[in-house]
Amino acid sequence: MSRKKERLYHWIFAILAFASLFFLVGISIILFKEGLPIFQKVDFFDFIFGKSWYPTYDPAEFGILPLILASVWVTFGALLVCVPLGIGSALYIHEIAGSKQRAVLKPLIEILAGIPSIIYGFFAMAIMSPFLQKLLNLPTGLCAFTASLVLGIMAVPTVCSLAEDALGFVPNSFREASFAVGANRWQTLTQVVIPAAGSGISTAVILGMSRAIGETMTVLMAAGGAAVIPKSFFEPVRPMTATIAAEMGEAVMGSSHYHALFAIGLILFIITFIFNIAAELISRRFRIKLGLAR
Amino acid sequence: MYINKISAQNVNFYYGKTHALKNINLDIYKNQVTAIIGPSGCGKSTFIRLLNRMNELIPFTRLTGNIYLDEADIFDPTIDAVEIRRRVGMVFQKPNPFPKSIFDNIAYGLRVNGIRDKEYINEKVEKSLKRAVLWEEVKHRLHESALKLSGGQQQRLCIARCLAVETKVILFDEPCASLDPISTAKIEELIMELKKDYTIVIVTHNMQQAARVSDYAAFFLLGELVESGRTQDIFTAPKNKKTEAYITGRFG
Repeated sequence: MSRKKERLYHWIFAILAFASLFFLVGISIILFKEGLPIFQKVDFFDFIFGKSWYPTYDPAEFGILPLILASVWVTFGALLVCVPLGIGSALYIHEIAGSKQRAVLKPLIEILAGIPSIIYGFFAMAIMSPFLQKLLNLPTGLCAFTASLVLGIMAVPTVCSLAEDALGFVPNSFREASFAVGANRWQTLTQVVIPAAGSGISTAVILGMSRAIGETMTVLMAAGGAAVIPKSFFEPVRPMTATIAAEMGEAVMGSSHYHALFAIGLILFIITFIFNIAAELISRRFRIKLGLAR
Repeated sequence: MYINKISAQNVNFYYGKTHALKNINLDIYKNQVTAIIGPSGCGKSTFIRLLNRMNELIPFTRLTGNIYLDEADIFDPTIDAVEIRRRVGMVFQKPNPFPKSIFDNIAYGLRVNGIRDKEYINEKVEKSLKRAVLWEEVKHRLHESALKLSGGQQQRLCIARCLAVETKVILFDEPCASLDPISTAKIEELIMELKKDYTIVIVTHNMQQAARVSDYAAFFLLGELVESGRTQDIFTAPKNKKTEAYITGRFG
């Protein structure tokens, strides 16, 4: 009897575990199936490198270069914010702060991750954008800069908590060895701890990037929405995610526009997939380097 | 009589409310090997970690009493712990080379102490490796990762790292705990060789090891120093019953 039960539990949990694999495969299949038909109408290179996105014109134009560049700019800008903030706070929390400060700071930063993205978008629209518009005398404050800043702040918890994990993986014996030969805290941090945690920290950055490039609501609200090739950080842009979110409701099911949006989704999916694989590979090498895995 | 190198006077040490060391008085003589023995949790590691101020890195600890190194108080507030650690080196229980090359592992200690002269560093690395009897095994692969070395080689590398910064005292915290008998023999041989130029304190669980390598021994039990003196005397004619019981293996 109990053996039967045991087998039953085995199967229940196995099915639960494989469910996520099933979803992953299902999503990939749908993306390919709905995205690929656009390439019967538009050449692949024209789609990727085409400079104009006029999906509802007649004849329609499906060039997503402005959207890709917008995503790249905004993500790059977000990195400039989240990398120093995230890594800096991880270093402070893990290496410098006392246990009392750590007990307060860590949960606070993790709460940042729990704020719904619409709230960030709200903040960007209602407060940052008008401020920036006045400050720099811009036609609109909803631009790549605003989106980058907000996205960057949103990605801080991801980068910080992963970077902190990486620092936690550095064995204390390395720190002790360093202090024992007469190194001070700063030398130990910069010459032993950070190099040892290096690839773990780069994993944190890549996953932060992955988070930023896939974020939708905030960029939809804050980036301005103009599908033109950006020339400066202070111009409105329209990242890939925002395009899909804004247009999917309007696109006629089965139309070229519909397939084109799916193709954008497919490209995004591939990009984040590559980021995640890269992060996984780097972090595996990191654990081997520190002798934590083989 | 030998020259007094380190002198602990009325040392008490607390981890939070735990009284880990109780009124320790112990002299450590120059160019001699002093073994600290006793069962787990008796305070022996805590004690040697005071000698290079490593315990400072642990929060909520408190110390009373004094420890003198060459007659200067190492806890004098005007003296930097970094200064003490440069003079009192430490080799740990588990070999802990940095995930850097063999060369950089040793050069690190020199660089953090402000030495930039490349020729001097090269020379020092070679000399230290020779002194730690590792040179012949690694001279052709100085720029390979130190983590590729065997456990025993890593431990000798850690000793070389310590020698390079020209410490006068070397603290060994159970240096052979994770090593096989052959590597252990090599380390013991090295310790006996090094005492010509260094003052050595070794924490060990292994009574035979203490008997083989040390000149002086101190027996700790539950944070108290029960007995100390010449190793020979402690092992052949212990004054205290507890020491005798421990040494003959009746507990611990």
